[in-house]
Amino acid sequence: MERILLDAGSGGKASHRLIHDLFFRYLGNAVLQRMDDAALLDLHGPVAMSTDGFTVSPLFFPGGDIGALAIHGTVNDIAMLGARPRYLTAAFVIEEGFLLADLERVVASMARAAQEAGVLIVAGDTKVVPKGAADGLFITTTGLGEVLVQPAPSGHRAAPGDVVFVSGPVGDHGLAIMAAREGLSFEVPVRSDCASLGGLVEVLLAAVPEVHVLRDPTRGGLVTTLNEIAGQSQVAIHINEEAIPVRPEVVAGCSFLGLDPLYLANEGKLVAVVPEVHADAAWAALRSHPLGVQAARIGTVCAGPSRVVITTPLGGQRLADMLEGEQLPRIC
Amino acid sequence: MPQLLDAFHDPQVCRPLVAAIRDRLAGRRLRFMEVCGTHTVALFRSGIRSLLADVVDHLSGPGCPVCVTHEREVALFLDLAAQPGVIVATFGDLMRVPGPGGRSLKAAQAEGARVHIVYSPAEALEIAAANPSAHVAFLGVGFETTAPAVAATVQMAKARGVGNFSVLCLHKLVPPALAALAAEKDLHLDALLLPGHVSAIIGTTPYQFVAQEYGIPAVIAGFEPLDLLEAVLAMAEMTAAGKAQVENRYRRVVAEEGNPRALAVMDEVFEIVDAPWRGIGVIPASGLALRPEYAAWDARQVFHLTEQETPPIPGCRCGEVLKGKLTPPGCPLFGRACTPARPVGPCMVSTEGSCAAYFKYRVA
Repeated sequence: MERILLDAGSGGKASHRLIHDLFFRYLGNAVLQRMDDAALLDLHGPVAMSTDGFTVSPLFFPGGDIGALAIHGTVNDIAMLGARPRYLTAAFVIEEGFLLADLERVVASMARAAQEAGVLIVAGDTKVVPKGAADGLFITTTGLGEVLVQPAPSGHRAAPGDVVFVSGPVGDHGLAIMAAREGLSFEVPVRSDCASLGGLVEVLLAAVPEVHVLRDPTRGGLVTTLNEIAGQSQVAIHINEEAIPVRPEVVAGCSFLGLDPLYLANEGKLVAVVPEVHADAAWAALRSHPLGVQAARIGTVCAGPSRVVITTPLGGQRLADMLEGEQLPRIC
Repeated sequence: MPQLLDAFHDPQVCRPLVAAIRDRLAGRRLRFMEVCGTHTVALFRSGIRSLLADVVDHLSGPGCPVCVTHEREVALFLDLAAQPGVIVATFGDLMRVPGPGGRSLKAAQAEGARVHIVYSPAEALEIAAANPSAHVAFLGVGFETTAPAVAATVQMAKARGVGNFSVLCLHKLVPPALAALAAEKDLHLDALLLPGHVSAIIGTTPYQFVAQEYGIPAVIAGFEPLDLLEAVLAMAEMTAAGKAQVENRYRRVVAEEGNPRALAVMDEVFEIVDAPWRGIGVIPASGLALRPEYAAWDARQVFHLTEQETPPIPGCRCGEVLKGKLTPPGCPLFGRACTPARPVGPCMVSTEGSCAAYFKYRVA
């Protein structure tokens, strides 16, 4: 059981061994392996850039792990600007004593995810901190991508009359993490939906370059993302609850834990806001991609105060506000 | 089970009941109180509140366990969290409840207290067994719904000889609170919606006084849209017919005699004591304390905790909200000084609190 020692972050020979034997082996490419102080890139036109820190517990969960998440998360943020993700950097903060085998599993998973997403990891950094100064492993990734359409989709562009889509069932990732963290098992196991959305975005933009908004509903879930869009665009968003896809096992797990799937994180879903005239084309495009087979038209954008209103299956209405903090399991 | 419950959400099944309720009310308004916070949230979430807003007024009663936890009890949580070597184990929704000076367990945690969110008291006991050098104190908050599991856990701790585990017992009982409420002079209520989970434990008998002594019709109901509509219809029918009964419309879960095994475990471990309710005050014989045989697992005894008088929160009218005398928007603090971000009173803290539900879900 080989463990990571403080030396591995020293910049000396132990660091070089880790870089060559592990990072280059899995993530190596011509740009990375030049080993200069910075990566030399070739990009054209407007560029989308994003960064994200990943601190998930547990590090390995059904449907993914911190490595896959660190790639997909940043790739998806770039894709939401209507961009093709090209390059990532990755910075690791590793707790002293972390198992080398676990690190290798994470890095191998990053390599697979990067290949799927069509991105190269072109720069990296490794720090090892004393035991207790970090919880196992933190990864920060930063990415660059080339914007495919002008104007780029933006949270400010939702307009009254637009149609709101979600690309598939919501709540899977949040519930999978919570179940893994608490050691809960359900009759039908719930897996994270962790996936790169670059391909799905390209298919959608090829069919409907006029897409107004793209967002991936990660932390805070679908309702939080819709509230963000409503706020940025100063519009009301009306959602039909019945139309929101949620897996039956997620409904059951959430009901057991007192959670609302509409506020649970997703890591492989997007929300698209599209002009009404292009709604059918957008729906067909989303449905044509493997990550969008359960895409659904869930609501419309209306003029009015910026808020999200849900129409229930019974035909009643309620407000769907942002949560104050994380969802907490309740007493009864 | 999910397939079975689908029928309880089916709009085709539910919609005729909405029409039947309007029909039965024939222009009169129905003013009922839902005792349980889960009902408050379910009425909003299902949209039933908005569908019947023109004919039904519903008030939220004292049935959210977080909301009725007294600030001097919250002060006890914080005392416990400050003890060296103590891990406080709690259900999640107590984390944000403000105590005296606005401090909460979340704040205590940020300052270094060890607080673990658990899903069951048994999980807290396992944490104690796995951490022999620490003492795990579980916050026993809740009504008859949660008290049996806590009682069973205390028995288990005793049987297994786990000495580094204790319970801060703050459990409260629903029927005495209803009695206190029904005795209020200016309470204008047509009917009561009785809690489903609590009733699953205590059965239907402890509520009979509501109908017999006070003439208030009452319905025990579940939490799905069909359950709620059926209960509202039953309340409308009884008020129209001028009769007061306690009707059990949650027979798939609630037996007339309740759950005798759960009641026996509670009785074995707990004794009935007077208890303070936030916003209401002390209600006689409305709380539970550990019996002397279990003193070694009683956090109050282990840590010599005593309740201190706490000043009332200035301007907070949670008490009137809990008694159904004020709807949340009627409180001058609602949505202004008191929001989920900066809750002044307990009704704004809990996900099941009536003020939080109004703030979160009300469209108009």
